[in-house]
Amino acid sequence: MRRFKQFHLIVIPIAMFGFGYLMVPIYNIFCDITGLNGKTGSISQAEANVLDVDPDRRVRVEFISALNQNAQWDFYPDVKSMKVIPGKTYTTTYTAANRLDQDMVGQAVPSVAPAQAATYFNKTECFCFVRQSFEPHESRQMPLVFVVDPKLPDDINTLTLSYTFFDVNSRIN
Amino acid sequence: MNAYSVDHSHDDHHDHGPPPGLMRWVTTTNHKDIGTLYLWFSLIMFFIGGFMALIIRSELFQPGLQIVDPHFFNQMTTMSFWILPFGFAMMLSTLFMDGGGPASGWTIYPPLVLQTGDALPFLIFSIHILGVSSIMGAINIVATIMNMRAPGMTYMKMPLFVWTWFITAYLLIAVMPVLAGAVTMLLTDKFFGTSFFDAAGGGDPVMFQHIFWFFGHPEVYILILPAFGIVSEIIPTFSRKQLFGYSSMVYATASIAFLSFIVWAHHMFTVGMPLVGEIFFMFTTMLIAVPTGVKVFNWVSTMWRGAMTFETPMLFAIGFVIMFTIGGFSGLMLAMTPIDFQYHDTYFVVAHFHYVLVPGAIFAIVAAVYYWLPKWTGNMYDEKLGKAHFWLSTIFVNILFFPMHFVGLAGMPRRIPDYAVQFTDFNQIATIGAFGFGFAQILLLVVVVKCIRGGSRATDQVWEGAHGLEWSVASPAPYHTFSPQPVVK
Repeated sequence: MRRFKQFHLIVIPIAMFGFGYLMVPIYNIFCDITGLNGKTGSISQAEANVLDVDPDRRVRVEFISALNQNAQWDFYPDVKSMKVIPGKTYTTTYTAANRLDQDMVGQAVPSVAPAQAATYFNKTECFCFVRQSFEPHESRQMPLVFVVDPKLPDDINTLTLSYTFFDVNSRIN
Repeated sequence: MNAYSVDHSHDDHHDHGPPPGLMRWVTTTNHKDIGTLYLWFSLIMFFIGGFMALIIRSELFQPGLQIVDPHFFNQMTTMSFWILPFGFAMMLSTLFMDGGGPASGWTIYPPLVLQTGDALPFLIFSIHILGVSSIMGAINIVATIMNMRAPGMTYMKMPLFVWTWFITAYLLIAVMPVLAGAVTMLLTDKFFGTSFFDAAGGGDPVMFQHIFWFFGHPEVYILILPAFGIVSEIIPTFSRKQLFGYSSMVYATASIAFLSFIVWAHHMFTVGMPLVGEIFFMFTTMLIAVPTGVKVFNWVSTMWRGAMTFETPMLFAIGFVIMFTIGGFSGLMLAMTPIDFQYHDTYFVVAHFHYVLVPGAIFAIVAAVYYWLPKWTGNMYDEKLGKAHFWLSTIFVNILFFPMHFVGLAGMPRRIPDYAVQFTDFNQIATIGAFGFGFAQILLLVVVVKCIRGGSRATDQVWEGAHGLEWSVASPAPYHTFSPQPVVK
């Protein structure tokens, strides 16, 4: 029998297995570029300060919240909606409370709808950047500083920012 | 077709036959023995998977929950896909574990599947084993086709069944590792604290759907391409004509394989995608209709003005062409993004993929069993029983799946063990069809067993219009099929 020389038959499966993992960074970059799945942008305060302000335009920003896996939290936005001027920096807060008798750690994950607007919604400071630790029955307001990019397409007049609050204790222990 | 010259002296060479007893089947390297093992195994899995499908249909006979609890129902929907084609004792064993079988549909989407109990690692390892087995089998096929063709057998003279398997093997080699990667990520998410698909840790469950369908769409062509090959062998035989457009068949198969890599997101139009993405995946998906249309056209043209006879394999092959095309058309409807928003996750989708896989892939496989059974056993099968099997199967398969189009359009969701009362009539019709179709398959078993045990002797050529190397050797084929090497002219 002839020597087995179809070397590519072994290389393809190994390369494709790697490709499956390569999809993870590719997908994340793709989401960052397109705003797919409402992945929001984030910029520094310095960058936010030099954005052009569009004083004649008003954009409505709505805030909503959700809990995951029946987590034992209270979690809600302190302001339900704001009218904002694109290019100006605004501050608002969400409140979270730990209902249990034990220390809890939570993590908020943001999403913006419509997806086309996601990349124009930039946060300079957000409680979602880090995990939030709570003592038993602790309640506190968590700040969010954001700016809507004036380049937001003209046909979008309302943005909805949603936070889902996850219980991440199991991840830490 | 092609001209073959074979030295017919092979009957004198009975130098080393198979070792006797059970060890023959364990240690064999003979391609026909391995093929026999595969076929018996798939027949058993066909009946187990079919039995589970009947449990589902019994539950759906009436609205409300009566026979099985909803969790068990969901396990059935997962099982009957995965074991039907591949079958795993390991996966079956999860039904008896703490927490029951996998808690998801066959698409094993997180986060739902991560809520599975003890069964999850078994599910994942069985998929790994399945993948390794498929890749090894595929490498074997590609290496055999590339290295071991008979002298004179050029690529463009190969039987179409060999061509479709060659391309299918490449699809397997390319996509099974991607599925292995995806389920490995599920495993590390559950047990090793990674967050590939866990939103709390910065992952994204939708990404799983992309990776899964990058495997999943080529997978559906893995299921159907060999069926295309089978039908392309059978129709010329019973039309007593050459296959119309041989080279266009080869190129159409290759185009379908290529396109299958760039259409995956049509399974997920409703999960949220940029408009450009939806348009891209809509048009690439509709493009697949072109090479598929070429194939259907060639099959019909092969029959055109042929001296046709309607033995059982031919009946199943014609049934395949007609009913696969029905499934192809509903696939085109689903390909259109705005329409898919209405059809997504309804019974219309169930009707679509059952039309392409049951009267599609399964009919072609049954046609192949009837076509090559005389060569396999040396005896003719019972033609009357075979025809009864075909007509019962065809009538009941349509009673089973056609009403699903209607309940789907009316909004009945899939993967739910209960439904609103207005869907009752069509569901009862479907369940009656399911039992009819299921019981008709017992005839297949009877025909196969009867044919093994005896029957009128099959000639070497078996079918009057059969051409090709396998019809030039004795029936049943000698253990080492070709003693002198055949030469293709």
